[in-house]
Amino acid sequence: MKRLVVLGAGTAGTIVVNKLDRVLPKSEWEIVVVEPSLVHLYQPGLLFLPFGRYEQADLVKPNQPLLPSGVSLIRAEVERVDTEVGQVLLLGHDPVEYDQLVIATGTAPRPDMTPGLDGPQMGKTVHEFYTLEGAVALRQALSQWEGGRLVVHIVELPIKCPVAPLEFAFLADDHFRQRGMRDRVEITYVTPLSGAFTKPIASQQLGGLLDRRGIDLEPDFYVERVDEGALVSFDERSIPFDLLVTVPLNMGADFVARSNLGDELNHVKVDPGTFLANGLSNVFAIGDAAALPTSKAGSVAHFSVDVFVENFLEHIAGRPMERRFDGHANCFVETGNGKALLIDFNYTTEPLPGSYPLPVFGPLRLLKETRINHLGKLAFRPIYWHVLLPGRRLPVPIEMSMTGKDAVPDDPDLTVSKTEEKV
Amino acid sequence: MTVATIEGRHVDVDAEGFMSDPQQWDEALAEALAKNIGIEMTDAHRAAIRFARSDFMTTGETPTLRRMATAGGVTTKDMFLLFPKKPAKKLAYVAGLPKPVGCV
Repeated sequence: MKRLVVLGAGTAGTIVVNKLDRVLPKSEWEIVVVEPSLVHLYQPGLLFLPFGRYEQADLVKPNQPLLPSGVSLIRAEVERVDTEVGQVLLLGHDPVEYDQLVIATGTAPRPDMTPGLDGPQMGKTVHEFYTLEGAVALRQALSQWEGGRLVVHIVELPIKCPVAPLEFAFLADDHFRQRGMRDRVEITYVTPLSGAFTKPIASQQLGGLLDRRGIDLEPDFYVERVDEGALVSFDERSIPFDLLVTVPLNMGADFVARSNLGDELNHVKVDPGTFLANGLSNVFAIGDAAALPTSKAGSVAHFSVDVFVENFLEHIAGRPMERRFDGHANCFVETGNGKALLIDFNYTTEPLPGSYPLPVFGPLRLLKETRINHLGKLAFRPIYWHVLLPGRRLPVPIEMSMTGKDAVPDDPDLTVSKTEEKV
Repeated sequence: MTVATIEGRHVDVDAEGFMSDPQQWDEALAEALAKNIGIEMTDAHRAAIRFARSDFMTTGETPTLRRMATAGGVTTKDMFLLFPKKPAKKLAYVAGLPKPVGCV
């Protein structure tokens, strides 16, 4: 009997287990899942919770029923992976040996990594919405806020759901308009990037949306510390705030570092096409836990698991893994006022305008704000629980397709030629 | 792919002017690239560039500011003094390395 151990029962881990449980012969393979938490959190909902669209109870479910009944679930924290002998050392539990290991422990906000961020102001004037507690505290703060300077901020990249802070800024603008107090709020978007987003065309489009909403953009801001009421950058810029909504540094699990498998941020170094950990033949990392040059997002976890499962069956049969993940990501970007836009991209193709073909629902507009994109975003929650996590097939292509996408517009602003400007 | 002429030499650059073939780079070219973006080179610049290049040769990736600080021993504060405003990009530009992966 061989044993597959999966660390983490978040989005990626749950889909992997559900899919592999169906295809691995039960007489040959045992599946063990290690997950300390009792619940599964619907993370895309955290963006909406501060604005009162969801309640806490809408976003969490017990995680055991989301896994197949035949798998063993160990509730323990991982201490370290010993890749030499092939075992996972656990806190307060016997070690578990593996023939194949899948690391799917994600990435998490670490406010303690920025001086002054995790201080007494956290939960009062300083907030984050990447945890359930954080999002709940922010909801309370927003509902009582009288106005002033709101700063929406990213400490450093990569972060999971990299469009979420932008969406937060758009939704905050909408929220204050609806409460009739937009004129009493100044919103500034502070980012270490040189624009609103990374890829040039999306950055320009999203930057335009900030502009139209009267949201100031402070680019190239690399925070050194948080003082009382101000963000201070390494190059001595100071941004005052009355209410700070930050996305703390995102880091993979600490055991990744202790197991010598990670980069500086504890994300597992893998082959971006197959997710096999560098230098190893029986350890994979999937979802946010992996250091991949694409977005850390649920859509990436979903698309990558499809490639992974096919490859994994070949791999354990001793054959080469022929499929390569293309980095496909697909994100609805909520823009406020009941609209959203959609971006679709991969390792090599940046988000482009055009349309995204979707059976039944009809084509969705790419990089354009529409009502139907917003409805698509909301419709995703039941799909997540009932189709995505159980590993059922969604009617969307796994690999990115150029169908419907407009060719790269020949815009001189997007291909700057003078070095001084670009660097 | 575009070819730019720097210091009378032809080098391959991407759409934003970053060198696309690290093998075409040498220290003399670095001085010219630095001048292009208004940087006066010092030994501290050269040390940072040397680390970035050797790191790229082993990892295949342009180091991030965090990697410069943890593996290269150049603090982020110092990186901002050496390469003001956009240190990771300016370092990559002068070191003849691809633009750092804009984490998406």
